Amino acid sequence: MRLHLLLCALLAPAPLAPAASALRNPGLWPLPLSVHLSPHLLHLSPETFRISHHPASTLGPFCTLLQKAFLRYHGYIFGAHKTRHRSPRLNKHGQLQQLTALVVQDSECDAFPSISSDESYALNVSGSVAVLKANEVWGVLRGLETFSQLIYEDSDRKFTINEACITDSPRFPHRGILIDTARHYLPVKTILKTLDAMAMNKFNVLHWHIVDDQAFPYQSATFPQLSKKGSYTLTHVYRPKDVREVIEFARRRGIRVLPEFDTPGHTQSWGKGQKNLLTVCDAKEKFSTVYGPINPALNSTYTFLSRLFAEISRVFPDEFIHLGGDEVDLLCWKSNAEIQKFMKQNKRFKDVRELESFYIQKVLNIISTLKKRPIIWQEAFDDHAKLHPDTVVQVWINRDYHLEQARVTAAGYPVLLSAPWYLDYINSGEDWRAYYAVEPLNFPGSERQKQLVLGGEACLWGEFVDATNLMPRLWPRASAVGERLWSNKEVSSTKEAYNRLTVHRCRMVRRGIAAQPLFTGYCDHEYNIEK
Amino acid sequence: MHRERCVGLGLPTASCWPLWPWGSEGALCPDTVPCNPQYFINKTEIQDFPRFPHRGLLLDTSRHFLPVSTILDTLDTMAYNKLNVLHWHVVDDPSFPYESLTFPQLTRKGAYNPITHVYTTQDVKDVIEYARLRGIRVLAEFDTPGHTQSWGPGVPGLLTSCYSGSQPSGTFGPVNPILNSTYEFMDTFFLEVSAAFPDFYLHLGGDEVDFTCWLLDIVSTYDKGYVVWQEVFDNKVKIQPDTIVQVWREEVPVPYLKELELITAAGLRALLSAPWYLNRISYGPDWQAAYKVEPLAFEGTAEQKALVIGGEACMWGEYVDSTNLVPRLWPRASAVAERLWSASQVADLDFASSRLARFRCELLRRGVQAEPIGVGYCNEEFDHW
Repeated sequence: MRLHLLLCALLAPAPLAPAASALRNPGLWPLPLSVHLSPHLLHLSPETFRISHHPASTLGPFCTLLQKAFLRYHGYIFGAHKTRHRSPRLNKHGQLQQLTALVVQDSECDAFPSISSDESYALNVSGSVAVLKANEVWGVLRGLETFSQLIYEDSDRKFTINEACITDSPRFPHRGILIDTARHYLPVKTILKTLDAMAMNKFNVLHWHIVDDQAFPYQSATFPQLSKKGSYTLTHVYRPKDVREVIEFARRRGIRVLPEFDTPGHTQSWGKGQKNLLTVCDAKEKFSTVYGPINPALNSTYTFLSRLFAEISRVFPDEFIHLGGDEVDLLCWKSNAEIQKFMKQNKRFKDVRELESFYIQKVLNIISTLKKRPIIWQEAFDDHAKLHPDTVVQVWINRDYHLEQARVTAAGYPVLLSAPWYLDYINSGEDWRAYYAVEPLNFPGSERQKQLVLGGEACLWGEFVDATNLMPRLWPRASAVGERLWSNKEVSSTKEAYNRLTVHRCRMVRRGIAAQPLFTGYCDHEYNIEK
Repeated sequence: MHRERCVGLGLPTASCWPLWPWGSEGALCPDTVPCNPQYFINKTEIQDFPRFPHRGLLLDTSRHFLPVSTILDTLDTMAYNKLNVLHWHVVDDPSFPYESLTFPQLTRKGAYNPITHVYTTQDVKDVIEYARLRGIRVLAEFDTPGHTQSWGPGVPGLLTSCYSGSQPSGTFGPVNPILNSTYEFMDTFFLEVSAAFPDFYLHLGGDEVDFTCWLLDIVSTYDKGYVVWQEVFDNKVKIQPDTIVQVWREEVPVPYLKELELITAAGLRALLSAPWYLNRISYGPDWQAAYKVEPLAFEGTAEQKALVIGGEACMWGEYVDSTNLVPRLWPRASAVAERLWSASQVADLDFASSRLARFRCELLRRGVQAEPIGVGYCNEEFDHW
């Protein structure tokens, strides 16, 4: 430990924005907490460079997660080199031969990442062996990404790295991307590709908004009719093995999968496979039956939900489940005679909003019994439901969202911010700058309140998005959100960010991610779909 | 169902069926059983011809280099949409990817990378032939005198030196119109491009800067017709009566329909692009706005209206390259394609919407990464990452 600190001190701290003759900008993204780059260069040989376990590490070759990560990053670093001729001869002196990963604490290699995972790491590149030190296995993953970003090919096509000393840890623990597989089905390959891109940007939560009004692609073992009747077609489904594949692929990248089963609204497709679940809206002109939200007045509703969420709890290992709760059509409930009766019988329902609270509380109890923690959209909080103390509230309504953050945290609930980061709202020009400029703690409140902000999520709702346009629409715009959630608050100059993000974007393209351009320019290797 | 639509098209209703893409085998195989679809076609009689003869798509290969394969793929999809002109805005301020044989330094100094980001003579030939086999013309644009920053490094003295007080500031403006050397350069360069591009027309640009009218004289001597952006007309440059003027500005100096009126009143032919800048994106089904455009909705005689020979959807490249070109172009450009091909009465948005959704799924089936226009699904989703 002391040796590493000493090495860091020996490196002349160089400004990250290099002077004219000095350092090439490696385009680190998101920017680590502390970076010292030395002008001294080392070269790497694609044939002999290895990533391996430090002898003092608590983890070793038995850790599949790290073994696969080492291979993956070796591929990212040396990339298309395989197709080229033999690389230029390297001087033995000045060669970086190894990167060793040192996990300090007893970290379970087969565990799932959580909200309290330690993603910090320290990276020391000097001499012939670089050391990547982390408390937990998750820090190694983050450090590998940073390490891979330091390497570039010089004009002689030699793989080059600056000696460097980096310490890093995220500002916020919850840094998510929301994908919507109901408005449009997303093939599993697209979801996996998204996870790859997320890891390159140090995102650590995939918020899977898996079902909604339009379709129910989640194949439930307990209620198979839900997807059989509710999916677009029988091929537009996520079978249990698909879900398992996504969860494990994510885990290997230190990414949590947060499932959302949004109720009581946004459930039209549920009614196709589950009779008597949805409320029948009593309309004056009846051409056909109009269904509304889940019927909160029936016991069968809660029996069904208990069984469904019991399955979801088993299938999805994350501690959290997103329950939705947004945009409930209260008028439909009001119009239904059965529900009116139910409300009159229970005198405590002064208005239909309290019925909404009643419903939410019942679902929260179910989740609690299953030993899971709930996340909800802001409406249930806004409509004064009595929430469990550790319910996380996701702020998505854009108008005065900072005041909403103040209200939610003043009431003592943790908050996730999404309101300014609806990436499905596209427009011409460089909108990444607006995403980058958001300051998640810019609301009136005490220090204690600010600590309740767990992080945020960039949302890509699917009304106009599917596998044809998802990648360029998400990347690199979501990268701006990624840095805002990882890096220090002071890292806020969009001008400086632009210089790094263009390098990072070309790097993503090089790795096969169709990240769209920020502005006029070019990448050494343009994007080409393998035909 | 859709029979009433056919009435407007002048077809007897008995022979008129809803226009689904042939070979749509989705309904023929039960979902639960994997099967080999058979292909069917209804006995059909169709008579068809385009409303406008010039139905184009502009690609910008200067702001971002587009690999040749991307251009060829675009030509394929244009053919599916009956678009028949590729307006190739090949060079501009940021880069000069065109391989010039008469002035190799243009490419060497002007391309983003003169080895990897260049269209060789063979590439150009390949594009032209690929287009020809699909009945598509290639209209090359070498935009001058503005939009020429990338020409400067390869041809010293070509661009006007800007001054800071009495000293050159180090930055450059448009092509210098007063030097003989400029004239000689243009003479030679346009001889080359006239030969390289067989179409009768060359697009000479002329936007956003006062035009050098002598360039038109040069081009005419090479037996080419020319297309120019509207500024050349707006600035009252003396142009030949067979010039084609391309309208790109929505409101300035006048609304675009008024601009069409003025151009055609002067006896010149016009191309419409102003409401079809597909590089401008916004949330939602913006293809509808493109579809609702009526190119002839201006005051004028029948002779005038006949001078509007068509239009072009433009995909300027500031924010577009091969990562996002295809979903941004399609199926939004399809809305423009129908507006330029089909009869003016074919304007109902609901009818267009249902056909376009089906057409988009057909594009997917053919391997085109066309984006969705609304909630829904295709039997075969895109899965080629």
